[in-house]
Amino acid sequence: MVTPLTPVITEHWDRPDLYTLDGYRAVGGYQALDKALGSDPDDIITTVKDAGLRGRGGAGFPTGLKWSFVPQGDGKPHYLVVNADESEPGACKDIPIMMANPHALIEGVIITSFAIRANHAFIYIRGEVPNAVRKVEFAVKQAREAGLIGKNIKGSGFDLDVVVHSGAGAYICGEETALLDSLEGYRGQPRLKPPFPAVAGLYSSPTVINNVETIANIPYIVDRGVEWFRGFGTEKSPGFKVFAVSGHVKRPGIYEAPLGITMRELLDYAGGMRDGSSVKFWLPGGSSVPMLTDEHLDLPLTYEAMAEAGTMLGTGTPMVFDQTVSVVKAVTRWLEFYKHESCGKCTPCREGTYWITGVLEKFEHGQGQQAEMETLTDLCGQIAGRSFCALGDAAATPYPSAMKYFSEEFETSTHTSADEQFDPIASYVFAAAGVR
Amino acid sequence: MPISDQARAQMREIAARYPSARSALLPMLHLAQSEEDAITTDGINTCAEVLGITPAEVTAVATFYTMYKRERVGKHHIGVCINTMCGLLGGDAVWDAVVDATGASHNTTTPDGEFFLERIECQAACTHAPVMTVDWEFMDDVTPASAVEILDRLRRGEQVQATRGPVIRDFEATERTLAFPDDGLADAPSVDDKMLAGLKIAREHPIEGENA
Repeated sequence: MVTPLTPVITEHWDRPDLYTLDGYRAVGGYQALDKALGSDPDDIITTVKDAGLRGRGGAGFPTGLKWSFVPQGDGKPHYLVVNADESEPGACKDIPIMMANPHALIEGVIITSFAIRANHAFIYIRGEVPNAVRKVEFAVKQAREAGLIGKNIKGSGFDLDVVVHSGAGAYICGEETALLDSLEGYRGQPRLKPPFPAVAGLYSSPTVINNVETIANIPYIVDRGVEWFRGFGTEKSPGFKVFAVSGHVKRPGIYEAPLGITMRELLDYAGGMRDGSSVKFWLPGGSSVPMLTDEHLDLPLTYEAMAEAGTMLGTGTPMVFDQTVSVVKAVTRWLEFYKHESCGKCTPCREGTYWITGVLEKFEHGQGQQAEMETLTDLCGQIAGRSFCALGDAAATPYPSAMKYFSEEFETSTHTSADEQFDPIASYVFAAAGVR
Repeated sequence: MPISDQARAQMREIAARYPSARSALLPMLHLAQSEEDAITTDGINTCAEVLGITPAEVTAVATFYTMYKRERVGKHHIGVCINTMCGLLGGDAVWDAVVDATGASHNTTTPDGEFFLERIECQAACTHAPVMTVDWEFMDDVTPASAVEILDRLRRGEQVQATRGPVIRDFEATERTLAFPDDGLADAPSVDDKMLAGLKIAREHPIEGENA
């Protein structure tokens, strides 16, 4: 049976006024908040735990469990920080959520803050997308005017202030502890863990950091219940996912479906590959996860099945490349990105990304040496697991995963450049239209 | 143009949003940049003074984040995404066309001060590749020809509509939005067919049963 699409977060995106309070309320918005404010905060944490919601930012950590790590009754202020710094190459689902349905995020923020007993929430949005910043700010303003944010929300005795914060161009700030340093007004560099943010986060106080899509799930779970949520997906990956499919497909875009849908099904929904094209390689969720090939199209897109296949679900935003793409060039470009974005704190990552990129660029130009393939393997091995945060691990991922399936292309790149092997024009999306 | 007294007062306003004033530094620097088109010594000193920290501490932060520019940007910031998805799907050709059309290069401004060009990293719009930005507003699904046309129209002072965002203003206005996001433009078009691709199919094929 074909897995049906299940628009939940995306269900009313074709409503032009959904971004307004009235529009969101007209489709049932803020009902979950009423329910939440009338219940015990601990029960909300239990509900999210029982629902089995896993973080949608990439790591897939159980959300309710994360919330339960916040010590209660400790006399310290608690904070909720929403990670809206979506910058992972390939990830393009949080920005659409914020632009189309910002109140789902805000309602989730209020409920989550209530659950973890935070009176201050921050939404850290990457500065390069002002249109998301203004949409979310507008939603916060409307919620504040309606008494949904502020003092004694709806007579519950619960106070909450929400601040929309603009970043300034640093991929590393998507790493949660770097984000905290950035939000405190410093260079965004990761902190050593432990202590974990749930114990000592923002201003050294207990802090929950959650991804946009994770928080946007909360109102629906609270409103419709655990059983409903678990009706989607699998035992270990319950619920639905805002998949964003990009690349050489006929209809790239947003497809919300239960976890467990296969890439082949998603490809079908996206109209299949463009004419005359076939899948060469694809990545389930961002450039930081190992690539797969057309052999893996029938695997369910779940945290567990992707792990079994040696990769990760990551952000759940599949990038699909066809046979016109040079894997050497693709990998080089990703490493140039990691080199650019390494914060410089840890030597293996700072120096390693520099050296890997230099060697990869030789291969891209057809000047790699046979022995340098081993050098690259060695360099990746020296970075992985040797830095504070996952950026180093991510930088060490594309090359070994490309070598697993396409080592012959690196061989060829010892004498022939990527552009000679693969005409770059052939991979342009406007190539068929003859536009140049 | 030095930082105005009004901007100085607004910096204090931003600082008051946070439990700890220093948290305001990033949006304050955006405001400084909206005043002077770059992060200048004056901008750094003003931020330092408002927060009671040293100019060196502000400089350390300002030089870490790529959106802060030490050279004046000019009227419009033009970004072309050259990360793997956009670049290989045509962003590389778009970049070449934009360079040819302006005579500028990466991180430089045209002599007439009209455009600052930057090869940008992933803009979280891979479904809309290749992506260009004008003053950080989305110009989705560009081609070399359409990108150059956008520049021509901007140069002629014509109205240019972002694909998912407002009518283009200028770089300084965007920087101001990042400091004060309530800019009155929240009604800008922000949802397009690609964002509705799955919803459209689901509407045509409603599911039977309890999950429907």
